[in-house]
Amino acid sequence: MDKPVNQKAWLLVLPVVATVAFSAVIPLMTVVNYSLQDIFDPQTRYFVGTEWFREVLNNPSIRAALGRQLLFSLIVLLIEIPLGIGIALTMPRRGPWVPVCLILLALPLLVPWNVVGTIWQIFARPDIGLLGRLVNGLGIPYNYTGNPLHAWLTVLVMDVWHWTSLVVLLCYAGLQAIPDAYYQAARIDGASRFAVFRHIELPRLKGVLLIAVLLRFMDSFMIYAEPFVLTGGGPGSSTTFLSQLLTTMAVGQFDLGPAAAFSLIYFLIILLFSYVFYTAMVRLGRAEG
Amino acid sequence: MRIRYLVLLAYILFLMLPLYWMVNMSLKTTAETLTTFSLVPKSLTFDNYRTIFSDPAWYSGYLNSIIYVSLNTVMSLLVALPAAYAFSRFRFLGDKHLFFWLLTNRMAPPAVFLLPFFQLYSSVGLFDTHIAVALAHMLFNVPLAVWILEGFMSGVPKEIDETAYLDGYSFPRFFLTIFLPLIRAGVGVTAFFCFMFSWVELLLARTLTSVNAKPIAAVMTRTVSASGLDWGVLTAAGVLTLIPGALVIWFVRNHIAKGFALGRV
Repeated sequence: MDKPVNQKAWLLVLPVVATVAFSAVIPLMTVVNYSLQDIFDPQTRYFVGTEWFREVLNNPSIRAALGRQLLFSLIVLLIEIPLGIGIALTMPRRGPWVPVCLILLALPLLVPWNVVGTIWQIFARPDIGLLGRLVNGLGIPYNYTGNPLHAWLTVLVMDVWHWTSLVVLLCYAGLQAIPDAYYQAARIDGASRFAVFRHIELPRLKGVLLIAVLLRFMDSFMIYAEPFVLTGGGPGSSTTFLSQLLTTMAVGQFDLGPAAAFSLIYFLIILLFSYVFYTAMVRLGRAEG
Repeated sequence: MRIRYLVLLAYILFLMLPLYWMVNMSLKTTAETLTTFSLVPKSLTFDNYRTIFSDPAWYSGYLNSIIYVSLNTVMSLLVALPAAYAFSRFRFLGDKHLFFWLLTNRMAPPAVFLLPFFQLYSSVGLFDTHIAVALAHMLFNVPLAVWILEGFMSGVPKEIDETAYLDGYSFPRFFLTIFLPLIRAGVGVTAFFCFMFSWVELLLARTLTSVNAKPIAAVMTRTVSASGLDWGVLTAAGVLTLIPGALVIWFVRNHIAKGFALGRV
């Protein structure tokens, strides 16, 4: 689809650029500023060049957390995206049950993030929580506060619980936007259910899937409140993710210089991966026409 | 067909279990929550809810959140709709870079940005106002809105625009009466996501407010005291935070559900 060149379109985009730039530009420049200086107080500061960046890159606990973080985001995407598409396909398209399903699906998204952690903290307890009781009742000795693997799985299940609905809602809206004529044509051609999915639904979902993958990647890569409240990063440092280290550095120890360098590196990693996802999915979409 | 609905039912059951536990905890005393395992409250109490409704610090938190979240949703949609249309229909100088740049504003972890945000909004005299939080949340909601809406708009064939112009429609009239109804599903889902992301965001909202615009999520952290968490009140507040968002979904349900159902294409 060829789009005409029209520089007046800038006028339509201008309000967006203005509102976003207002909040984006000055804070970002301030953080870049922090990352290059050693700040004792507002009057006493020294330029230190790339020292903080080198310090962050050589920090073993940050490297370990980066590994955990990448693994976590990868698993989250591999579970939530297919599950989200699947659930969206099972939902009724019309009728009185549609609003009921939509509301029930949306509920986990509406719980403030710190509360998500606190509910699961009790919900998963082996002595007084429903999940802990259930799993132990099945004969599996489960204790998320003591066993690193169990803690990991709990954080993962919590994230699936919390965020899969986002993928479902996006895909469902995407499916609803497919004109009925497409399905009628497929029915006339005698296409199988899988063929309808593969050749009609999936290509038409690529726009919402792109945003779903990017959103889930970015947010799972910056996950903070939920695991912090649930496990505090433990046992040991098994569920300590990057943003927890960053927050300890920035807010707990008030090491603004290293923390600023850390968040810029963090930002660049997310940017790099998002750009790769973006170009890959756009290419894939174009190749299929 | 049967299996399809069984899967959906199982999934919804999985979603409801932790929420059921939250409701359950909110109707118990904190002592019962922490000492016994009970599927239904042994001593049913509404004291936790009474605490919230009788304390202005609590219910004003809800009001503040609702005010800035609504402001944010409306403003985000108003600026994002024309921009998304421009991105989906025209090429212009720097369009691709600009489109991706928008999303990069969601990619920075907030911890270090809090201090500069506080300084920025204090220096323009907006500290502790609803509009400050609404503006700050636009940083992550506007890019999201533009991206989602652009996807839906690109799915509408360009012939529709051209036919409308040939029929003598002006741009505003075409946009409001023909184009918007075609992407209702996208607008509904975008409105809900703007509402939701602004509703659950805690760090920025807490940094930019102190008393007058303090959000509910920040008020909730008050339940931490020397004697530990007040689980009863905290979960009651959690149950109440679900209601406004559920209402938003209820209002946009028809937009999400119908979409192209009119079969005009």
